[in-house]
Amino acid sequence: MSGHSHQSWGRWPRASQQVLPLYWPDDQLPATGDLSLLPRGNGRSYGDVCLNDGGALLDCRQLNRFVSFDPEHGRLACEAGVLLGDIQRLTLPRGWMLSVSPGTQFVTVGGAIANDVHGKNHHRAGTFGRHVVSFELRRTDGSCLQCSPSENPELFRATVGGLGLTGVITRAEIQLKPVSGAYLDQQTVSFDHLDRFFELAAEADRQHEYTVAWIDCLARGPELGRGLLMTADHRDEANCSEPARRRLSVPFELPVSPVRSWSVRQFNRWYFNRQRRNAGRRRVHYQPFFYPLDAVGQWNRVYGRSGFYQYQCVIPEGQAREAVSDILERVSDAGSGSFLAVLKRFGDLPSPGLLSFPMPGVTLALDFANQGQRTLDLMDSLDQLTHAAGGRVNPSKDARMSAAHFQQAYPGWKQLQGLADPGLSSSFWRRVTVAP
Amino acid sequence: MTRALIIGATSAIAGAVARLWAEQGHALFLTGRNPERLKLLRHDLLARGAARVETAVLEVTDTLQQEAVISQAVQTLDGLDLALLAHGSLPGSDDWHSSPEAARLAFEVNATATITLLTRLTGLFESRQHGTLVVISSVAGDRGRQSNYLYGAAKGAVSLFTQGLRNRLHGGPVRVITVKPGMVDTPMTRSFDKGLLWATPEQVAIDVVRAVSRGRDVVYSPWYWRWIMLVIRLLPEWLFKRLRL
Repeated sequence: MSGHSHQSWGRWPRASQQVLPLYWPDDQLPATGDLSLLPRGNGRSYGDVCLNDGGALLDCRQLNRFVSFDPEHGRLACEAGVLLGDIQRLTLPRGWMLSVSPGTQFVTVGGAIANDVHGKNHHRAGTFGRHVVSFELRRTDGSCLQCSPSENPELFRATVGGLGLTGVITRAEIQLKPVSGAYLDQQTVSFDHLDRFFELAAEADRQHEYTVAWIDCLARGPELGRGLLMTADHRDEANCSEPARRRLSVPFELPVSPVRSWSVRQFNRWYFNRQRRNAGRRRVHYQPFFYPLDAVGQWNRVYGRSGFYQYQCVIPEGQAREAVSDILERVSDAGSGSFLAVLKRFGDLPSPGLLSFPMPGVTLALDFANQGQRTLDLMDSLDQLTHAAGGRVNPSKDARMSAAHFQQAYPGWKQLQGLADPGLSSSFWRRVTVAP
Repeated sequence: MTRALIIGATSAIAGAVARLWAEQGHALFLTGRNPERLKLLRHDLLARGAARVETAVLEVTDTLQQEAVISQAVQTLDGLDLALLAHGSLPGSDDWHSSPEAARLAFEVNATATITLLTRLTGLFESRQHGTLVVISSVAGDRGRQSNYLYGAAKGAVSLFTQGLRNRLHGGPVRVITVKPGMVDTPMTRSFDKGLLWATPEQVAIDVVRAVSRGRDVVYSPWYWRWIMLVIRLLPEWLFKRLRL
């Protein structure tokens, strides 16, 4: 038993917990007595859904074996600790790729299910959970259940997006999608104002498989919400080569974070202008398009010792234009905006999980360096705007939303609590399930 | 296509080596004690590109079974190019400090079984004029320390045996590679607190595969253990015996 303190990707909040590894899918879950346990994948969640302060974490990364791959139908079965990037590398040369890919390839299959992650093709494919054929769930009472949309369907719905609280996912079977190769045709269009995004985005979704926009959230006034809309489609080119290896990494936690409003403002301006000059069509490898931040190892260290928050909300279509504009104004006024604010329309394909985040509308994701109460106050005020517009905040990335906000935005939480494994808990779950 | 026999395949280091060899399209014959786990490994390695994966249950201390399993491997894969000996167990000091039986068993698994296996495999490879033996020893075998001198004595025996064997076979077609990992984060060491010097099985596996392709003799893994152990071996005994290592 080792006592490492594992962090989440946001490096905040800090938590201290025992870490117990699970090496084989048929190993007994460790007995932790009165301590609660939380299954954990690669720890890429930003907030505290992957922390269990005062309890124990079950490290599932060694459950990383493939079980079977059927190259005729694109069905892959593997253990839950397999990383998404390893799946891509295995199946791409045989003509298949993940149906849904989040913004980093360094997440496990179990984590992708438990957070019901989404990607740049949400308008076509919905969330990751929609492509999960079945999984095996082990509970702390010793039971082991097969779950699929038709077998133990209640537990299936509770576990997809269930933040690891219903049991330990040990194996899963997923459906991949056929592709010719590793390359995409990417098109970049710049827009000078948020309004223009809304005009472009709906049409882009109709035409393209992948769409995502980057917003300069520190631009104000007539430039509010200026940004770049990137779209991409698979090329009909049977080239499965790997891209050039990444070389950059942030070797250690920076003692003083260089992320200040002036430096971010300069960076965003430089990035916007550079990309605008490069606008147009390009042939790109899927990795830099899907996983741009993976190019810099441990990039979360640039925020220094106090870490950062990611704020991601979704606003229903009708209210989106106004609410996103209000949020950006608030952020820009506060001057604490981030690199690479991401804006994307979600499609209307239903998410399978009780607690899945995506719903039809527009989602905005922002990073904020942790500057204490000031940052918390800003995000609370964003919650109010989100809430008033009928939207909600993504639990997988959250480290601070109030119990009241969570419970109102996710009425399914009561049902999840009923289906949760009593031996499991997380810092997040204890925080948002208290009586408001 | 390279044909490799892996003894102790369910160990973390062997598992990581097997993956790299599978990705290179090797044909593999795996032995271990747990048939269910061997089956999990087989499916994984096939998916990763191994030309072929067969398995057999082997309790390494059973010398009769050793012979049977080796000939099964040779027959199934139609010959052998490589053998990796990676089985082992780390006895808890509570057991062997007071129990001679536990001490004997630990030595049998970690030293005697390895030496008998090596003797059989050397005979086989010599008769076929071809083959490479890769043995996972340990830095623990470089000097006896109070925390693990039983394990260290067994690994030291393996290191010396392979050294002598390499010396005898020099100039011939059969090669012997001794791998000495430092502290590795595996199920065998699950009860230890992990610090800076700890490596992952995947790091060690890369060193093992490289040692085979480059034909090295003795490989410390990760590399810095060569220098750490050099210093530890050079300490005079009057000083060393006072240290808590």
